[in-house]
Amino acid sequence: MAEKVLMKGNEAIAEAAIKAGCRHYFGYPITPQTEIAAYMAKRMPKIGGTFLQAESEVSAINMVYGVAGAGFRVMTSSSSPGVSLKQEGISYIAGADLPALIVNVQRGGPGLGGIQPSQSDYFQATKGGGHGDYHLIVLAPASVQEMADLTIKAFDLADKYRMPTMLLADGTMGQMMEPVELPDTPPAEVEKPWAVRGTEGKRTHNIINSLYLDPELLEKTNFERFERYAEIEEKEAMSESFMMEDAEYCVVAFGIAARVAKNAVVAARKQGLKVGLIRPITLWPFPKKVLAEAADQVKGFLSVELSMGQMIEDIKLATACQKPVELCCRTGGMIPSPEQVLESIEKLAKENQ
Amino acid sequence: MAGSNRSAKRIYLLAGHYGSGKTNIAVNLALKLKAEGHQVRIADLDIVNPYFRTKDSADALAQAGIPLISPAFANTNVDLPALPAEVYGLVQQKDSIAIMDIGGDDRGAYALGRYAPAILEENDYEMCYVANFYRPLTPTPQDALEVMREIEQAAGIPFTAIIHNSNLGNATDANAVEACFEKANQLAALSGLPILYTAARADLCDDIHAEHLLPLTLQDKYYE
Repeated sequence: MAEKVLMKGNEAIAEAAIKAGCRHYFGYPITPQTEIAAYMAKRMPKIGGTFLQAESEVSAINMVYGVAGAGFRVMTSSSSPGVSLKQEGISYIAGADLPALIVNVQRGGPGLGGIQPSQSDYFQATKGGGHGDYHLIVLAPASVQEMADLTIKAFDLADKYRMPTMLLADGTMGQMMEPVELPDTPPAEVEKPWAVRGTEGKRTHNIINSLYLDPELLEKTNFERFERYAEIEEKEAMSESFMMEDAEYCVVAFGIAARVAKNAVVAARKQGLKVGLIRPITLWPFPKKVLAEAADQVKGFLSVELSMGQMIEDIKLATACQKPVELCCRTGGMIPSPEQVLESIEKLAKENQ
Repeated sequence: MAGSNRSAKRIYLLAGHYGSGKTNIAVNLALKLKAEGHQVRIADLDIVNPYFRTKDSADALAQAGIPLISPAFANTNVDLPALPAEVYGLVQQKDSIAIMDIGGDDRGAYALGRYAPAILEENDYEMCYVANFYRPLTPTPQDALEVMREIEQAAGIPFTAIIHNSNLGNATDANAVEACFEKANQLAALSGLPILYTAARADLCDDIHAEHLLPLTLQDKYYE
């Protein structure tokens, strides 16, 4: 690892993408992720890369589609309303089985909403967002270091499974500054025999496409894609467990909400409440096994979210509703305080003794 | 007051690379000058970044009796780069010390251009470059000098001093600060400017061997 630097989350994403070998960035500015574009604008020309501010988010994601088809590491970034605009292109990229990274530094919604942090794009990120049967691998960082590490991981997973991946952060994660160590190891070279880079007259041409004229062939392609998704669900789910060994109650939270929740868990422990935290790091695949195991152990769950309650549905599914799952949330750009989470933990414990 | 054995100035301008710590320095400098018995006012001129505003310290400033002039929409959902008319009053009324917190990089410094003629005419200012060599795009004195020149060009005011604020956020210790002394001295030599202060979190200052330390009190964060 190289020396530590002090970075904003957004800057960490940008520099980590460059370390991962990404030399193509297309985007359109929107608060609170504009630093990614600003950083790329400064760095890309110096390293022979391409930074292009497109005329719209729709345009940017289709530029990503093109470069991904040529087999190069490529990304775009935006915040909630801008990511909504990209959904058509994301679906096409998924349908064409191309690796690419889409970053969403979420802000309050719906609509134009506001510029303060939010996690209310969870459904959009994990349940499709665009049309058709597809998934994104969705990674949820909870520190500036993870903004960097998971950006690199997202590129690796995208190449490994030939699919788009999403880094789902929020305004706080994008804006906060923390020390970061970026790896100085070169990115792994990945063979991409499917890429459209010219045949040199040596092979038949490759085709990048998401249109199928034969419905049976489209169904077969979707079946095969879902076999890959099953493998990903089996192998790639990631989570962090904190104080779960003897926990009787389990808080579930990701990203910035997990940091607030961790403080509340520590405070609850001081009161003698046996509480732990499960922090999903991959939101798709959701860490179902870890939660199913926890359901055998604890008396109840508390989902802490910066939304009206979206991840809570995945918790209920993963635990087959074996134990009560309560919600502690703020929305519209507001963040729950550790005290609010602690009160919710106390209530959960009182009602489920 | 003044670090670096310089006389106190009427206006302090804090500019520098994006994320170098200008706002924290501005607030702490205002509190220090106030505690020394000066009348002080502070203005937030950041039109680039809608977060991390001087307004975050509104309570501490109000408690100390330091008037804060900040954009009407700071810390709301309105991402509007507009400056309040009162900023001009801060430049014109010479009965108190004015601290002006400028936005990052050359883009942020453009806002200062509006007030530059009056500031240059009065000619009683310190234009401070806040340097943090742990920031990714200014790791060397040469990089910092380049940003310095860009800011000067945008602001229309040349720098007169450096405030050295190298830090790694929560991971900062005295060694981390001292490890950048050589770079700060090189920047001073390259630019021909004095180091007005070495800024560091207050609890680290006993272990940092530097002249003219500016101890910083930082805000608590809910997510630590």
